[in-house]
Amino acid sequence: MENQPRAISVLRSYPYWFYLPAGFLFVVFFLIPTAMSFYYSLTRWSLFDATFIGLDNYKAFLEDSQLKLAFRNTIIYAFLTSGLKVIIGLPLAMLLTSRIKLPGLYRSLIYFPVLVSTVAVGITFYALMQPSTGLINVTLGALGVSRINWLGDPKLALYSVIIVDIWKGVGIAMVLFMAGIQSIPLEYFDAARLEGGAWVKFRHVILPLSRNTTFTVILLSFIGGLRTFDLIWAMTGGGPGFASDVLTSVIFKQYQAGFYGLSTAGNVIMFVLVTIIAYPLMRFFNRMEIEL
Amino acid sequence: MKKNQMLFKMLSIVCLLSLLAACGPAATEAPAATDAPAATDAPAATEAPVVEPVTLSLLGPANENDMLMVKALTDAYTALHPNVTFNIEVAASGGSEVDNLVKTRLATGEMNDIFYYNSGALLQALHPSDTLLDLSKEPFIDNIAESFIPTVSQNGGTFGVPVGFASGGGILYNKKIYEQLGLSIPKTWDEFAANNEAIKAAGIPPVLQTFGDTWTAQLFVLADNYNVAQTDPNFAEDYTNNKAKYSDSPETMAGFDHLREGFEKGWYQPDFETTLFPQGMELIANGKVAHWAMGTFVMPAIASNYPDKVNDLGYFGMPGADASKAGTTLWMPLAFYAPKTTEHADAVKDFFAFVSSTDGVDAINAKVLPSGPYLIKGSSLPDDVAPFVNDLNAYIESGKAYPALEFLSPIKGPNLEQICVSVGTGQMTTAEAAAAYDEDVKKQAQQLGLPGWDN
Repeated sequence: MENQPRAISVLRSYPYWFYLPAGFLFVVFFLIPTAMSFYYSLTRWSLFDATFIGLDNYKAFLEDSQLKLAFRNTIIYAFLTSGLKVIIGLPLAMLLTSRIKLPGLYRSLIYFPVLVSTVAVGITFYALMQPSTGLINVTLGALGVSRINWLGDPKLALYSVIIVDIWKGVGIAMVLFMAGIQSIPLEYFDAARLEGGAWVKFRHVILPLSRNTTFTVILLSFIGGLRTFDLIWAMTGGGPGFASDVLTSVIFKQYQAGFYGLSTAGNVIMFVLVTIIAYPLMRFFNRMEIEL
Repeated sequence: MKKNQMLFKMLSIVCLLSLLAACGPAATEAPAATDAPAATDAPAATEAPVVEPVTLSLLGPANENDMLMVKALTDAYTALHPNVTFNIEVAASGGSEVDNLVKTRLATGEMNDIFYYNSGALLQALHPSDTLLDLSKEPFIDNIAESFIPTVSQNGGTFGVPVGFASGGGILYNKKIYEQLGLSIPKTWDEFAANNEAIKAAGIPPVLQTFGDTWTAQLFVLADNYNVAQTDPNFAEDYTNNKAKYSDSPETMAGFDHLREGFEKGWYQPDFETTLFPQGMELIANGKVAHWAMGTFVMPAIASNYPDKVNDLGYFGMPGADASKAGTTLWMPLAFYAPKTTEHADAVKDFFAFVSSTDGVDAINAKVLPSGPYLIKGSSLPDDVAPFVNDLNAYIESGKAYPALEFLSPIKGPNLEQICVSVGTGQMTTAEAAAAYDEDVKKQAQQLGLPGWDN
């Protein structure tokens, strides 16, 4: 660490007002709107005028008969997508960091969906998942599987979206895991080779030593899952009926309806909720982190 | 260091200025270069002394049927006034996405010169007396049928001119299937149910649902308003004043009940949960299903996609309980409006005068299948209209027609679409759906600040 004093002196040579441009943008585009949204969440707001109504919006939001289902769906969505991305992403990363032919091709293929617009993916899968004419059911039908109503069955719609979310997002998890695996010092692998085969390598080297990466993947995709919107909106619009509604789609529908105060209150509630769930999780993961 | 500070200050200023510019009102859009005529056009110069080229930007509808009429009107007007061209912007999609777009643009002062939007309850939510150009003093308002004026008015101001014709909301049916099976037009819901069973027994799905486009799910409820009014003529007024609810009686809940019944009895075609509106047009036109709860306003689009099938389609009002009272619910046409912020108020008003004249009606009739009575005085339909128009006119001429609730009350709950899909896919019971909609209506009434709704 002999370059540390130099680093500090470089830091010191930059005066505080260098923060100004970024700080200005942060205040104008983040702090002020955030503060305003707290105020507007206490009003009946039509964009043209706002009447102060106290906590009525919060009451109305929490009393919404569909909210319980939306909340349940949000938790299921976040839980399943983050869990399955780990379960699928880690083996993929192990496979693609081992000695196989054409690793670049496979990595690109799995990472490619990450690059495609979420709405485009949603619309494409809406067509692919059509019960009678969609390619998925036509293919399954040829294999003898009976018709599955992916997006039309209220019990199934949410899970169909979750499958697509995993397909689209597992590439990121895989890349993170690959970086994690490649940062494990080679000595451990050598030791594992002496101790036993592939299972030892996985159980006693990769799994414990990529714990930090696992936490990162879980945390990122869990928060992402709690805030998910675009894929659900493109594929089901929260439907059929309200069957696949999540918090964000409920809030968005209120916004569309012109209930601006109500939907702002919903956003504040969601902000608090994501913090309550994600912050302890983050603290826990930080404590469990390991030094390589 | 000095130099750096200077540079930084300049950058900050540039940054600030660009921010301010971004906050200001959007600059007028560049005129569409495509068919803008040369300013030296001779005929225009002789008609009026000052003819500066004007480009009016117009926020048009997302759906095909309505766009046909908008295009017919703008093209005909540009042909008469070559100095005026239209820059038509297509709304991204229908339903609540358009509500959202229109409200945001009006609130930020960035609305196009003209926009196309619903009359009735949805217009009331735009605060028209604060945001829209008042047309009540314009002479052309006298050309518009009195029945239409209240649906585009608020606080004594009048804000819109009707685009097109009134429509019936009820059941479009395939006449060929009726002929084949020897069925007759049902006058009550029970007769309708019996027809459905006969059609189903013949291997044809009796009722079309296009829940993939959720707005279409509402018709069983909305088009039942004629029947609701037969049992309770004061429903609209009491509902507006928080004295009547949908969950009050079996009559007011009938629409939700019908959706549920269709689901339970398996009347809907396969894949109905995800079928889209355009696919629905194909199914009904080609006789792959028998009935569609829909408005006759979709007929021009069916006519332009399946011109040889128009005569296969007929229309009857939503069946109710009493055969002697069988009638139809009516929809007013949508309208053109202009925001107060338009910089071309005179040009807009001149165009609106054309839209509210019989010339405007002729322009539509020349390009679009004539589908119902126009709301312009002195206008008439051609003699040889399609069969469904005669079906509709028979109700109107015998006085058995009544407006949809959204033209009698400013309140329309925004979640009706999803509630209808829920009850039509068996996820809600009739009573649950009616209660959920009453809640939804309450929220909307409170948002509008209507008296009598404060908790």
